Parts: sequence; C-alpha cells; structure tokens
Amino acid sequence: MSIELIDATKTVRGITHIKPTSLTLETGHFNVLLGQTGAGKTSLIKLMAGLDPLASGQIIMDGQDVSRLSTQKRNISLVHQFFVNYPHMTVFDNIASPLRVAGMAKSEIEGRVQEAADILQLAPMLARRPQELSGGQQQRCALARAIAKESRAVFLDEPLANLDYKLREELREQLPELFAGRGAVVVYATSEPEEALLLGGRTALMDDGVVTQFGRTAEIYRKPATLTAARVFSDPPINAAEITKTGTQARLATGVTWEVTGAAAGLADGVYTMAIRPHHVTPVQTDTQSVALNGVVQVTELSGSESSAHFQMGDDGWVSLAHGVHPYEVGEDHAFYMDPSKAFYFAPDGSLVA
Amino acid sequence: MAKITLSNLRHSYMPNPSGPDDYALKSIDLDWEDGGAYALLGPSGCGKSTLLNIISGLLVPSEGRILFDGRDVTDLPPDQRNIAQVFQFPVIYDTMTVRDNLAFPLRNRGVDEGRIAGRVAEIAAMLDVEAMLDVRAAHLSPDNKQKISMGRGLVRDDVNVVMFDEPLTVIDPHLKWKLRSKLKELHQRVRATMIYVTHDQTEALTFADQVVVMQDGEVVQIGTPVELFERPQHTFVGHFIGSPGMNILPASEDGGRIVFEGQTVPVEGAVTGTGGMTQLGIRPEFVTLADTGLPARVRKVSDVGRHAVVETVVGDTPVKAVVDHAEVEQGAEVHLAFRQDQTRLYRDGWLSTEASQ
Repeated sequence: MSIELIDATKTVRGITHIKPTSLTLETGHFNVLLGQTGAGKTSLIKLMAGLDPLASGQIIMDGQDVSRLSTQKRNISLVHQFFVNYPHMTVFDNIASPLRVAGMAKSEIEGRVQEAADILQLAPMLARRPQELSGGQQQRCALARAIAKESRAVFLDEPLANLDYKLREELREQLPELFAGRGAVVVYATSEPEEALLLGGRTALMDDGVVTQFGRTAEIYRKPATLTAARVFSDPPINAAEITKTGTQARLATGVTWEVTGAAAGLADGVYTMAIRPHHVTPVQTDTQSVALNGVVQVTELSGSESSAHFQMGDDGWVSLAHGVHPYEVGEDHAFYMDPSKAFYFAPDGSLVA
Repeated sequence: MAKITLSNLRHSYMPNPSGPDDYALKSIDLDWEDGGAYALLGPSGCGKSTLLNIISGLLVPSEGRILFDGRDVTDLPPDQRNIAQVFQFPVIYDTMTVRDNLAFPLRNRGVDEGRIAGRVAEIAAMLDVEAMLDVRAAHLSPDNKQKISMGRGLVRDDVNVVMFDEPLTVIDPHLKWKLRSKLKELHQRVRATMIYVTHDQTEALTFADQVVVMQDGEVVQIGTPVELFERPQHTFVGHFIGSPGMNILPASEDGGRIVFEGQTVPVEGAVTGTGGMTQLGIRPEFVTLADTGLPARVRKVSDVGRHAVVETVVGDTPVKAVVDHAEVEQGAEVHLAFRQDQTRLYRDGWLSTEASQ
C-alpha cells in the first residue's frame, strides 16, 4: 500500500491552505506529520481522506488515482483529536458500524469486532455506551473502529492530544504495535517533536502549508535541512543565534567565542546562524571543550525527570535542558555550558551548511 | 489570603455508602498554608475535581470540615467563601474590552474606580497584556483569552484562595510553557494561596512548591517536586511522575534478600515492615546496560534524540532503561545494572526501605 501526492494543493475561498506538495507515504512504518498548529497537518489529512477537494494535483492510492473519489470509496479510517463515537450505539455497534455499512457478513463482523476489542482491551465494555467510558476508553473505541475496518489508510489526527499524559504514554507505546503488519498506510499528525521521535518511522515536517522535509524520523532530527525545520523539530525551542566566523573562530554578538571543528571549519568566513538543541546546553560543565554562556535565569520548569531553564544572554533568550532536578533561582546569574561540536550552522537563507 | 484546613474529609456521591470503594474521597486531612503555591496532581477520576468543588463550596462533603483561617466554612455557599477560580475554558465577556473584563470582578464588588484602574494596570503589566487593554475580548487568540481569564482570577487581592482547574487545556502546546512559567512568576509576585489542579506533571511541578498527588480518592504523597522525583513514597507516584515512569517490578523476600526474577537485588538501605505484596522500584534513569548483572533481552529501542529509551524484558517482566546512547538493537541479549542507592522496596504500594547513609 502507498499514498502518493503529486503537486497536491488546496485553496479555500482563494486562500492557499496547502501549497504544491509531493510526497509518497508507505506501509510498514508510521508516517508522522509534524508541525505546529496551523502548519497544515489537518488540511493535508483531509485532502488524502477525500473530505476536501484538491485545487490541483493528484492523489494516487496503490496505483489508483483517487483524486476525485469520495471518502467512502477511498476505504480509509480517520481518528480525530476529539473522541468521535455514536452516542446512541453500544461500543460493539460503534466498532461494527463501518463493517455493516460495507455489507459484511454477521459472523465476520463479530470476529473482527472481538479481535479489535481484545487488542484495545475493550472486550469487557462492548455492551456499554461511549458516555459510560473514560476519555481513554472512548478514544480506544474510535481506534478499534479504525482497526476492525482494515482500511487501506488510517489517518490519526492528534489522537492522543486530549488524554491524560500517562495514558498518552501508554497508547503511544502500543500504537505502532497495533498497526504493525496490517498493511494500511498509517499517517499520524502531531505537534509534539517527542511524539514523532517515539513513534519513529518516517516524518514529514510541515510549515506554512507545505512539507519542508521528509525522511526517516531520527535522520531528520539529526539533520534538519533548514533553520525552520530545526525549530519545528525541537521542544523546548532550539537555541539559535547569529555568529560571525573568522578563520576557525566563531563569535556570538555577546563576544563569546569558540573554535569551530568538523564540517563547520571548512565554511567561508562570514555571518551564519548557529543552532543548538537545549540538551546540549547544560547547567554543569561536563568536559573541557564546552563553552561557558553566562546568563540570567528567566524561567524554570520541571517535568518529572528533567529540568529546563530559560535564560537571557545579551539580546537572546536561550534554553537549557538537563536530566534530574536542578534548583535554579529566577533572576540569578548562572553559567551554562554549550557543547559546540553539537551545533548546526545555517546560511543566511536558512539552509543547513554544517 | 487564608490558610485552608481540610479536616477528616470524606465524600461519596452515593446516598448510603457502605465500603471504602463507595467514596470518591476516602479520607483527607490537609493544611494549605497561607500564601503557598500548591498543585493537586492525579489522573482523571482520582477525586481532585471533587476536592476542588468541596473547597469552592459547590459540593458539601459527606463528612468532615473545611476551615479558612480556622473559621468553619463547610456549610457556606460559594459566593460567601470569597475565592477566585480560573477554569479550563476562558470565562470572559466577548463584547467587553480586555480592560473591562479585568475590572469586572472589582466593579461587581463596588470597588471605587480609582483603585480599579490601578489594580487593572498592575495585573495587565504582570501578564504583558497592556497593549491589548482596549481590544474587545472577542478578537483575542485562545491563549490570550485564557490569560485574561487568569487576570480576572488574580485581580482581587482580598480573596482567600485562587484556584486553577486545568487552566492550560485549551492552550497550544508551543505556548503552554510561557503561561506555565507566567503563573509561577505571578504567584511569586502576589503571594496569594493558590491551588492548581492538573493531570500534567510538568504543570504541577513547575508551578507548585508543594505537590499533592492523588490516586483513587486518597492523597498518596505531599512533597516538593524534588522529593516526588527522588524518593516516591508510593509506587503510584513513581509511575505517575517521570516519563517514562519508575519501573515497578514484582519481588519477593527471602530472609534478608530481595529477589527479582530469581536474582538477588541489593536495595538502598534497611527494609522496614513485613508481609504484604512486595515490589522493587527503580527509575529508568538509574538502570544501565552492563557487562554483568540481570540478564535481559532488548524488546525495543526508542531514540528520543537527547537520550534513548531501551525497553527490555527480564524473564517475563518489562524493565526500561534511559541511556545517553543506545548501542544495542532489538533482540540483543544484555545485562542490566540497578544503581543501589536508587533501588527501593515497596510493600503494598508504600515505600518500605530506609534511605542509604
């Protein structure tokens, strides 16, 4: 199975929502659409699902041009951020409904519903109505419907966004296993970089209505093609600052300097944007190669096992992320240490150069 | 502002509760100190909304009393408790300007216009919304609407407590951290007693000096963010705080030894208590892949960028490790080492080892 977009675009009342986009999504792994709210993830899903018409271009599913086919004829499933179930039907009937619409035999319907319910641990609740279930169970019911249907493509549009984070953690672990070996192309939209990394597979970075980069998730994370891509794929936000390179030396506006190594050493002298992920800026010095950044702590956050500090240095805001609990005082001067070998360098046009 | 005391609180939504399971709140004794920043953290259905409604007066508890500065308010309706609340969804008047929205709670109580103007200016400055004071609320983005909603909760300086009920639910993920930290900063400035209800550990740990963790209608631990991470008093706290949460492993006692999957595992210090169901607790951050130790098989490796989560199985038990670089692949046979001073024993869920010296 595959879904191929060829120069697909979408406009609504003259406003472009999706710029010409070409992309091939395949089965066997998750295809993550990663972008901030408003980047076009839902718009793109609606095009592929046939809920919105193309303005131009084509959509090919498994070699068949489906550009003008209705949603019903594309044989797809869609799970939204909000739990969509039929309130007047039992969980069983909710899962069975697309199978009944397809005219499947009763005995086969029962087998498929039971299997999907077992996988999603809904078997004891098949006779209940959705409103008697918790939020997590309601969303599992929507997922079970998608699984039972055995469609050609499954679109998951931020399906975990409205769940408690612990439940989110559990379902996120289970999802790739649920869909493994089922043959459907799985497309998963999220605004959270960490979610993309945990789901693995391939990731399409989206920004302003267009896919800016597509490839193996971990590779894109390690090699963002543009500064925008690096920003989309970083939470907390990636640190970015202008540097001047002279010889082998890089200099920030604040006067902090370091020796550039590796591919960056070969760059022509000039002005670049350096970007470094928050976890490469730490509150304790870990090796002698690190560069000290002296800032004023603005904001601190703790997320269970990690702590982050937002600090001001010169005109720029920086973020540090470290394991464990670091007690910062807001307003204090604090030294942070950056590992410059982990920095990305971007040309003035935003493209990655080293 | 006031100190809030919850004394012997129990609540059941049933007319004739018979056992502990019939209670949404099982037994709560708590003091919220005047001026403190508290979070009430737990999953859906743990009783935190019930507790919030009891404090605000929307619900009268089946048993127990609520005191504000020693004064019994258990039977007072919400409007006589003098509290401010900020809800999940912005509660503002779309047709009014931001300025009038912020002034509303004060005008409502007949505060003179001069004082209102001063107070509105002060709150607007704290929230960085001065530039939008004359904009109609209808024109604001969702996060700015919720900011104004927070401002309305903070504008009165005579309330006993300000309560936030999952206030960041509708905020875009990329803007959440700004509001999270804004709230913390606001607390440091106004020093009001604040209670922040959430299921999100980052929100709770960032905001609060003291976090009250609830599960199944009970308080399982009250502690600073550091205490909750470093020494969970209950397996639920270990599981709920941290991503991924603590490994909770079935264990047995054999003489003085703790045995997991047939192997002796040294724990942090002396074991306390006897009997009950015993489990080992160790955070994935303190499990390492080693040359010797517990034999395990790698089930899955997730590269999260800044570290990798290695999911292994020891016997039939899943054990996770968080490592800087994963140089192993799915299916590999490895050994796990547990850092001893971070390995704890739990008995029926409760911590049952003394800290290492």
